[in-house]
Amino acid sequence: MVKPSSSAATKDDARALIHSLRSAYSATPTNLKIIDLYVVFAVSTALIQVAYMAIVGSFPFNSFLSGVLSCVGTAVLAVCLRIQVNKENKEFKDLPPERAFADFVLCNLVLHLVIMNFLG
Amino acid sequence: MSSQIELRYHLNICCCMIMFAHYIVAMTMKLGLIALLLALTSICVSAAVFHPISQSHRSAALELFSNADGRKQTTAMAMKLGLIAVLLALTSICVSAAVFHPISQSHRSAALELFSNADGSFSSLEEAYEALRTFEVLGIEKKPEDATCKSVVDTLSSPSSNSKDLYHALRVNGLLKCKISTAALEGIASRLKDGLKHATLLLDYYHAVGGLLLIKDQSPEVDVLLGNADGIVRSIKALSQSDGRWRYSSNNPESSTYAAGIAFETLSGVVSLAASVIDENLIGTLKKDIVKLFDSIEKYDDGAYYFDDKHIDASGHQGPLSATSAVVRGLTAFAATSGSLNVPEDKILGLARFFLGIGIPGNSKDLYYQIDALSCLENNGVSVPLILSVPATVLSLTSKDKLKVRVSTVLGSSSPPLSVKLMQVFSSGSKDASVLKQELRFDPKEAIYTMDALPEGVDIGDYVFAFEIVLSDPELKSKYATGGRTKVPVHVTGVVKVDNAKVTLLEGDIVESEKKLDLPGKNDVALSANHLQKLHLSFLLTTPLGKPFKPHQVFLKLRHETGVEHIFVVDNTGKQFKITLDFLGLVEKFFYLSGQYDIELTVGDAVMENSFLQPLGSIELDLPKAPEKATQPPPQAVSPYLRFGPKAEINHIFRVPEKRPPQEVSYAFLGLVLVPLLAFLVGLLRLGVNFKNFPTSAVPATFAILFHGGIAAVLLLYVLFWLKLDLFTTLKTLGLLGVFLMFVGHRTLSHLASTAAKLKSA
Repeated sequence: MVKPSSSAATKDDARALIHSLRSAYSATPTNLKIIDLYVVFAVSTALIQVAYMAIVGSFPFNSFLSGVLSCVGTAVLAVCLRIQVNKENKEFKDLPPERAFADFVLCNLVLHLVIMNFLG
Repeated sequence: MSSQIELRYHLNICCCMIMFAHYIVAMTMKLGLIALLLALTSICVSAAVFHPISQSHRSAALELFSNADGRKQTTAMAMKLGLIAVLLALTSICVSAAVFHPISQSHRSAALELFSNADGSFSSLEEAYEALRTFEVLGIEKKPEDATCKSVVDTLSSPSSNSKDLYHALRVNGLLKCKISTAALEGIASRLKDGLKHATLLLDYYHAVGGLLLIKDQSPEVDVLLGNADGIVRSIKALSQSDGRWRYSSNNPESSTYAAGIAFETLSGVVSLAASVIDENLIGTLKKDIVKLFDSIEKYDDGAYYFDDKHIDASGHQGPLSATSAVVRGLTAFAATSGSLNVPEDKILGLARFFLGIGIPGNSKDLYYQIDALSCLENNGVSVPLILSVPATVLSLTSKDKLKVRVSTVLGSSSPPLSVKLMQVFSSGSKDASVLKQELRFDPKEAIYTMDALPEGVDIGDYVFAFEIVLSDPELKSKYATGGRTKVPVHVTGVVKVDNAKVTLLEGDIVESEKKLDLPGKNDVALSANHLQKLHLSFLLTTPLGKPFKPHQVFLKLRHETGVEHIFVVDNTGKQFKITLDFLGLVEKFFYLSGQYDIELTVGDAVMENSFLQPLGSIELDLPKAPEKATQPPPQAVSPYLRFGPKAEINHIFRVPEKRPPQEVSYAFLGLVLVPLLAFLVGLLRLGVNFKNFPTSAVPATFAILFHGGIAAVLLLYVLFWLKLDLFTTLKTLGLLGVFLMFVGHRTLSHLASTAAKLKSA
């Protein structure tokens, strides 16, 4: 009876952990949540493309690469934006979020110029 | 401009080339006898192409080939090199004895062809004279149109014609006998005499004196005699050079042999036109000049003599043929007036040989030079050359051919009574010659000298027969030039007997099996052997006279089923030819290929009438297995003729398109990619996103809209770049858009920041 009790305890622990994580995350400001959602969207799109490549083959390889890199690149830039916008991050305390957003837009435009060139 | 040696040389080279080409082809095909047969065909081909001297070339080519030492053909390369050397060496040998033929029917047809214009007219009187003169000498009856005579009369009556025109017109008139009044001729004669007084150039003298001579012939009553003959002779003599050549004018230092010929002709004309007897001393110096001129004569190996002219003469026509022709004309004209000529008869005969050796020239000018000079030689009263010709130089022992010799003058008319003796017979193999002095029987009906039986000891092979012409009337001896001995190459062919032919299979020294062969005939030997055994082939070759005979080509060939061939040269000791193939030593050469080999024997020679290439049968060889390092048999060369065929077509290989996934899968994934986007939008709604922060006042709102519109415009530009624009257009537009976007972005974002700061402070 030791095992089930221990496994039940682990289940409870996990449930407790997830619960505490959710409650902690609900405290996050909405604008950061939006960014998180955007990152999840970008990464999942990249994953779908990778899955497609795994199933069908990498034939127009440059197209595949540009698709995936577009998603991953945007995700990385979004993460950077999140770091800069986060109020609790003391490092970027003096940096206004508008300035961070301007950087985000500029980097995205440059990234997608390259991506479009590479798309073929 | 062709000359005898050049022509002969070219033809020989031609034959050699054809034979050599065939030879190499045949060696590639490894067929010895076919080389022989092809070479013989090529001889016939060349003979057919150069028809007029067909016989001499057939025999020359035959000699060439038969002397080609194909006996020591150990390797193909060495043999090829050797063959070149031998052929080059033989070009000189084969001309040392040559057959010359007098002018024949073929010259007449050539003359008709070369001189006949479409409408029967001539472009100039000079050309008309050349044609008419050639026709006259060759005995061709061909009347030219009246236009020629009209042109003669016009030229002679025109006061503007110069001495050259008059000379050519008079020459044509001499042949055509147009109606010219004596008074007109008298007027021309006085004009020519006037011209002679002012003449400075050699050709002026030539035309004027020639014209006067022609008037003298055409109308004896006209006074053409020259009062100042001595003076004219001296002024012409002043143009002579120390080497016997002449200059055209005193200003021109270059001398030419052609000019010398013209000068002699002019001088002899002056002598015959002279009113008083010319100074004997002057005639004497002229004779010395002739002797000096003959010092510069050149000689070919076959006894032909000619003069070479290095300089272009006034008419632009140069070369040995025109120069020699001019000298012969001048010489015979001089001989006719002075009555004697101290030129040795072998030189006279040599000149005749030179003109005959040319064969048929390719253009009308050369034909005229040849025919005119030969006619001069034929009709000179001092030394008429007699030409000995042999109609057939290839004699067969089998059909008991008789050696026939014809003696005639250069133009083919019959000779005075004489006898022909065969003095010596040189065998091509050895230098020593048997002395015979055998007289040939004369057949008056055909005017042919026949030797009923070949001299004793003449077997099949190549010989040079030396003949001598002896005139029956000793008084005529000084009138004719016979030129000592005439050497003629003769080829004797016959059937070679093959005896005791047998093929034996040996193991050690013990005879395993032996089979007699019937050569040349059908044989079908079927043997089988292993690598410890030997194959032995032997036979005897004897000439009709029972002497040993060594043909050019004696080859044994083994051909494997796969086409790999091996050729062995069969050596001889005396009459016996034998070869032993020890298979133990040959396994490597045979590439360890077991199986059936076809045996073929080649025995061939130009003088052997029964040359053969015979399959003997086959041998089944059982050879050991090839070790790993053994050389592979060479790939069988395709037939050499196929090399010149069309090559295989080259097709472009296009890239195979990559395999594309089924459309359904792609569409499914397109939909799948949109799912995260939908989820993102749903998530945004769940999070309660709003636009409350969007500026409400008019100006910042416009900027904000412009900012978002700018971003959309850039993204649209990217899509266009992907679809159709090039990088440069894109970057230019992007630069403009970027500046606009920076401006509106800065305004919007700073407005947002200030609102946020106000909120915070409040």
